[in-house]
Amino acid sequence: MKERLNILVVGVGGQGNILFSKILGDVLLRVGYDVKISEVHGMAQRGGSVVTYVKAAEKVFSPLVDIAQANFIIAFEKLEALRWIEYLKKDGLLIYPDYEIPPISVITGLYKYPDVEKILQEIGVKTCKVEIKNLLSSLGDSRVQNTLMLGYFSRFLSIDESLFKKSIENNVKKEFIEINLKAFELGRKIESV
Amino acid sequence: MKKLLLGNHAVARGCYEAGVKVATAYPGTPSTEITEAIAKYDEIYCEWAPNEKVALEVAIGASIYGRRAICSMKHVGLNVAADPLFTVSYTGVNAGLLIAVADDPGMHSSQNEQDTRNIAKAAKVPVLEPADSQECIDFVKIGFEISEKFDTPVILRLTTRVAHSQSVVEEGNREEIVFEYKKDIQKYVMMPAMARVRHEFVEKRLRDLKEFAETLKINKIDTGTKEIAFIASGIAYQYIKEAYPDAWVLKLGMVWPLPEKMIKDFCSKFDKVYIVEELDPFLEENIKALGINNIVGKEIFKLTGEYSPSFIKKSIENREIDIPYKVNQALAPRFPVLCPGCPHRGIFYVLGKLKDIIITGDIGCYTLGALSPFNAMDTCVCMGASVGMAHGISNASDKKQKVVAVIGDSTFIHSGITGVIDAVYNGSDILVLILDNSTTGMTGHQDHPSTGYTIKGEQAYKLDLATLCKILGCSVVEEINPYNINENLEKIKKLIDVPGVKVAIARAPCRLHRRYKFAVSKRYIDSQKCKNCKMCLNLGCPAISIKERVFINENLCLGCGMCETICKFGAILTQKG
Repeated sequence: MKERLNILVVGVGGQGNILFSKILGDVLLRVGYDVKISEVHGMAQRGGSVVTYVKAAEKVFSPLVDIAQANFIIAFEKLEALRWIEYLKKDGLLIYPDYEIPPISVITGLYKYPDVEKILQEIGVKTCKVEIKNLLSSLGDSRVQNTLMLGYFSRFLSIDESLFKKSIENNVKKEFIEINLKAFELGRKIESV
Repeated sequence: MKKLLLGNHAVARGCYEAGVKVATAYPGTPSTEITEAIAKYDEIYCEWAPNEKVALEVAIGASIYGRRAICSMKHVGLNVAADPLFTVSYTGVNAGLLIAVADDPGMHSSQNEQDTRNIAKAAKVPVLEPADSQECIDFVKIGFEISEKFDTPVILRLTTRVAHSQSVVEEGNREEIVFEYKKDIQKYVMMPAMARVRHEFVEKRLRDLKEFAETLKINKIDTGTKEIAFIASGIAYQYIKEAYPDAWVLKLGMVWPLPEKMIKDFCSKFDKVYIVEELDPFLEENIKALGINNIVGKEIFKLTGEYSPSFIKKSIENREIDIPYKVNQALAPRFPVLCPGCPHRGIFYVLGKLKDIIITGDIGCYTLGALSPFNAMDTCVCMGASVGMAHGISNASDKKQKVVAVIGDSTFIHSGITGVIDAVYNGSDILVLILDNSTTGMTGHQDHPSTGYTIKGEQAYKLDLATLCKILGCSVVEEINPYNINENLEKIKKLIDVPGVKVAIARAPCRLHRRYKFAVSKRYIDSQKCKNCKMCLNLGCPAISIKERVFINENLCLGCGMCETICKFGAILTQKG
């Protein structure tokens, strides 16, 4: 029996949430899981809060990861990490970046951007914070944040690295394969905090 | 080979394998990807239609000619297509006709939560409802077979969670299917004498379909080991299987008409049967009408929004779920926003400055003009409604109220044109602002008659909206550049006061569209000159934010320069090099 994987990928519309899930789902399928992925489209694409669910098990029914059921939440933005935290299972792991995108409600002064680290510590969540800001500027393209995070996350699954790379090649437009592979490799080497 | 496929892409694959020849649609989340995926198959003629009514009429034509056809839309689109739907139910088909309709429980991107099954019942057509991507492929094929066998259009009902989920499928090969066209005015010309005969046929067809439902393999029973029983279809079936893997489940692949004997027999085996269905109590009411009373439905399950396995469990067992990690403070909400560089921003910034006007809005990215910081929209009802509503408001106030209708280019073609014709004909005094970003923005850049391209990316005749509006009889038709904020404020004020139906076309392509190349000259804020007045924040641009002082995030800035225009201190400058 393969270990059941319930994964939430959360972030802001436009961060490459769906591609991340597609590549990951593809890899999980190749190693023999039944896989379901559920995505969000439409209004939320325009800079709203977005979530994608990736589920893998011997047999998957619901494509949704239910509340308090995720073993992993992978956040592409700090505030979004907090917003979806109720979905994390007891002893699940939250992976989030040192990356803030203030929502308009913060920009216009209606709300404050919260102290994410402090709140996470208070509620006692197991976390890995990934320092990607500098890496992204070194790559010169913030659009590969998703593959960078995938590289980092891939270390938590005992799946051969080459399968991920193959899936990136199959799912990314030709002209972007090289930079995405580079981002993946960089991500795989990051030390988290 | 096994692969992961999006529900919508699986519908497209099913159409390919079923030998579909014609596919039509107007884009609408969550249905859009069906037609986008079909467009990749050279064997299928495929198009974006101006609206769902036209799309369905095109598909009906193809079917009568003897080629399998599919027409796709979202739930609200079915309202637009309701007129031909109710009559094609009478004429029936020649080659199979499938109407894929995606409902949106939870309203991820819709203005209401209507349930397509009700319209299908009213139109007396059968409905199939797949529960995953493999069933999307299979049910398309079964749908065409039913359509041809029973001489009926068939609705394939999807919901967001099926349309927008990927699950594992096995793909098959294409089979070419061709029927001969035979002229038959008794069947295809619905004047009263013929339609009366066809109505009798429709009623008999429903009775036949009911019989057929009893033997249809996609209506099936999962035997359980526990004394708990469900009736469900679509995504609700998956939620039950996850929440209660040992339960008995009668899974309906065809949700209308119902296999009455099968349902009666199933319900008689249990003390109590739960009916789990998102949105309306459609199955529940129709099953109750059979005289079955040991069912539990909407008295414990909600009528609104999406379900989940835990929601079903919670409703049945009446207990709360233990949530280990919770944040006990209100987090800053993250509403969708107009993208950096979006041309609509300039128009809503201007409209937000105008006093004492009512702004009727419409469906598209620009609906976001209603939100802070613009607050520049009063209404949004349905595709094309902005123009008609503006006309209504103007006349209700004896033309004393100044009204501006905002509508996108795609939406204008969808159903704004007829509103303008009405307003001109009836002597209205309104300003119609067509926000022409040369694409269908919200659903992901689909082409339409005024972009000059087809769904396959081939060049097409480009409808000129300015010429069209002149021909419709508008008193003034002007083209404006949405980025010229100061100029537009004066222009729009003036236009509002001109009598008649005025049209201003604010034209600038969507900044995210790959077809257009933009010279990007990113802006930055000169901290010496900046007085931190925060005026630039009123643009609601995601690239401009504030820590102690305002600053421009150069990763997000697309260099549209609107912030430079509105800065009173000349503190926003263009980056060199």
